[in-house]
Amino acid sequence: MSLARFRLSSRAAAASSLLPAFLVMLVVYIGSTGWTVWMSLTSSRMLPNNTFVGLRQYEILFSNDRWLTSVHNLVLFGLLFVAASLVLGFLLAVAIDQKVRAEDTLRSVFLYPYSMSFVVTGLVWQWLLNPTHGIQKLVRDWGFPEFAFDWIVRQDTVIYCLVLGGVWHAAGLVMAIMLAGLRGIDEDIWKAARVDGLPVWRVYLSIVIPMLGASFATAGVLLSTSVVRLYDLSVSMTNGGPGIASEVPAKFVMDHLFERQNIGLATAAATSMLVTVVSVVAPYLFWRVRKAGVR
Amino acid sequence: MMRSFFATASLVAMVTAASPAAAQEMKAEVIHWWTSGGESAAVKVFADQFTKAGGTWVDSAVAGGANARTAAINRTVGGNPPAMMQFNTGKQFDELVEGGMLIDVDALATEGKWKSVMPEAIVNAATRNGKMFAVPINIHGQNWIWFNKQVLDSVGAAEPKSWDDAIAIMDKVKARGIIPLAFSGQKVWERGLFNAVLLDKGGPALWNGLYSKRDQAMVKGADFRAAAETYAKLRSYVDPGSPGRNWNDATALVIQGKAAMQLMGDWAKGEFASAGKVAGKDFGCAIIGSKGGGYVMGGDIFAFPKLKDPAAAKAQVTLAKLLVEPETQILFNQKKGSIPVRIDVDASRLDLCAQKAMKLVADKSQQVASVEMLAPPAMNGALEDVYSQYWNTPSMTVDQFVDKVISVLKQQM
Repeated sequence: MSLARFRLSSRAAAASSLLPAFLVMLVVYIGSTGWTVWMSLTSSRMLPNNTFVGLRQYEILFSNDRWLTSVHNLVLFGLLFVAASLVLGFLLAVAIDQKVRAEDTLRSVFLYPYSMSFVVTGLVWQWLLNPTHGIQKLVRDWGFPEFAFDWIVRQDTVIYCLVLGGVWHAAGLVMAIMLAGLRGIDEDIWKAARVDGLPVWRVYLSIVIPMLGASFATAGVLLSTSVVRLYDLSVSMTNGGPGIASEVPAKFVMDHLFERQNIGLATAAATSMLVTVVSVVAPYLFWRVRKAGVR
Repeated sequence: MMRSFFATASLVAMVTAASPAAAQEMKAEVIHWWTSGGESAAVKVFADQFTKAGGTWVDSAVAGGANARTAAINRTVGGNPPAMMQFNTGKQFDELVEGGMLIDVDALATEGKWKSVMPEAIVNAATRNGKMFAVPINIHGQNWIWFNKQVLDSVGAAEPKSWDDAIAIMDKVKARGIIPLAFSGQKVWERGLFNAVLLDKGGPALWNGLYSKRDQAMVKGADFRAAAETYAKLRSYVDPGSPGRNWNDATALVIQGKAAMQLMGDWAKGEFASAGKVAGKDFGCAIIGSKGGGYVMGGDIFAFPKLKDPAAAKAQVTLAKLLVEPETQILFNQKKGSIPVRIDVDASRLDLCAQKAMKLVADKSQQVASVEMLAPPAMNGALEDVYSQYWNTPSMTVDQFVDKVISVLKQQM
C-alpha cells in the first residue's frame, strides 16, 4: 500500500517536472505552427488580422515566378549540395586515413571552413567569383585574356556558385564524421580483404561504404537541415540575384514577412515549406516506427 | 511698457526655473536607421536641438531600414513603443494608424502652417483620413542622373535631356572604352532605373496611372511599352561586374572617371562630397524627362506612437515642432544630402544640386510622389521582382513583361 502510493507520487513528480518542457513545446512549436497556418488563410499584410480568404494566398504564391524559382533552386541546390558534400567529404576522409604525415594539420585545414558562418562564406566566395575583381580577373592578368569564369553574374549558372560555397563550407564536417566511421572499422576486415586479394577500391565500395551507413545517415541529416534553412548564403553571396535566379524559399518568407509587409503570403510560403518537409520526413518516421514495432 | 518688461522678465525667469525639471521629464527614445557617417551627423542635429530645448535624446539606431522598422513596429504592437520612430514617406505606417497606435499631429501642423509650406504630395503622404499622423522631415530626389563632367566633356556632350539623349551620349562613351552607365544590379536599383525611364517616357500621367490607379489599360499602352524597350536597351551599357554591386561602388566608378553616369537618388551626393568633388565643376546632376520631367520625391518622416506617460507626450510635441523649424531643416539637410521639406527656407545655404532641386520642387507640375507613397510595400515588392526578372532576362519579350506587370496589378494588394 505504502509502496503503491510512493510509486504514484514519484510518477506525479516526474510528470510535473516534464510539464514546463511539454508546455513550451505545445505553445512555442505547435502553437506557433498552428498560428502560422491560420495566418496563411487570412489577408494579413503588415499586422496580423483574422479576415479569412481561404486559399487565395496559396493561389498567388503558386503563380509567383519568384516562389517557383525559389523552390526549383532549393531542389537543385539540395541534391547537388548533399551529394557533392558526401562524396568530397568521404574522399577527404579516405585520403587522410592513408596514414599521411601531418594528419592533424590537414584535418584542421579541411574542417576550418565549417567554423565560419554562411555569411562569411558567402562574402568570401562572392569576392572570389566576381568577374571584375576575382578569379576571372586574376587569370586574365596572368595572360589569358579570353578566360571566362563569370558564373555568379549569369542567371543560368548562379545556383552552382551557391553549391560551390556550400560544399566548401560543409565538406570538412562530412570528412570528420566519415573519418570517425573509418577509424571504427576493424583492421581484421582489411587484412581479410588483402588475403582474398581484393583491390582497395573494391574494399571501399563493397565493404567499407555499406559499413559506414550510420555515418552517411548522420551527415545526410545534418546537410539536409542546412538545405531547408538555406538563407544566409544566398543573401550574402548574391542577394537572390541576378534578377531572381538565386532566390530560395526561406528568403522569400523573410522578405515578405518584414520588408514587404505581406504576412499572409509569407506564412503561406512557410506553410508550404513545412508541408513539403513533413511529407518527406513522415513516411520515413512511419517506416522506423513500424520497424521498431515488428522487432 | 515697464509692466510688460516685468511680465516678460518674470516669464523668462519662470521658464528658466522650470527647465531643469523639464529636462528630467522630457526623455525621448528614437528609433531610426541612420548609421552611416553622414547620416549620423545629420541625426545629431535633431538630437542637439532637442537637448537645447531641454530634452534628453535616447538614440536607438538600428542598421538597415527594414530592421529598424520591424523593431519599431514590433515594440509598438507589443505595448512598449519608442517616443518617435522613422519611416520612409509613404504607406509603411498605414496599419499602425488603422490600429489607432499613433498620435495625430494635425493640431501642430495647423499651428505651424506646415500644409502651406510643404509640397502637397508630401503632406498627403503623411495624412490619413484628413489628419496628419507623421512629421515629414526631408525630401529625397530619387531620379537624379549623376555624371562625370570630364568624361562628358571628352566626348563633347552636354547634360542629357532625356533617356534617348543619354543613350546617344552613352554610345559615344562606349566607343572610348569607358563604362557608359555605372550600375548596381540589385533589385531595388533595377526598379529605380525602370521607374526613371518610365517617368521619362510616360510623364506623371503614366506614373500615377500605374502606381496610384493601377490602370491596366495604361500598362498595355504605347508609353509603357516604350519605357520597357528603352529599359531593355540600357542593358548593353552596363559592365559585366554590375550584378550584385552596391550603389556606392557604382558611384565610385563615376567619381574615378571609369564610368560616365549613374542614376541614383541624392544620397549619392555624399559620396562625391567625401571624395572632394565639387558640383558643377567635377560632376553634374540632372533630372531628365521628355514628358515635362518630374522630380520623384521620397523622404523620411517621423511617427509618434501613443504613450501613457504625460511627460513623454510632452517630449513628443517638443520634438515634432523642432523637426520642422527652418534652422533645424537647413542644418539637418546640409548633412543629409536631401532638401528641406518646406519650400520657404533660404536655399542659398545649400549646394548647387540641392538648389536645383528646391527650384523643381517649388513648381507644382514637377512634384511627383515616390512609389512608396502611392503603393503598399507588398505591391512594390512584387513589381520589383518583375522588373528585376525582366532586366536580367534578355530573352523576355515586352509582351511577357507587360503580362507579368498586369498579373501583379490584378492581385489587388
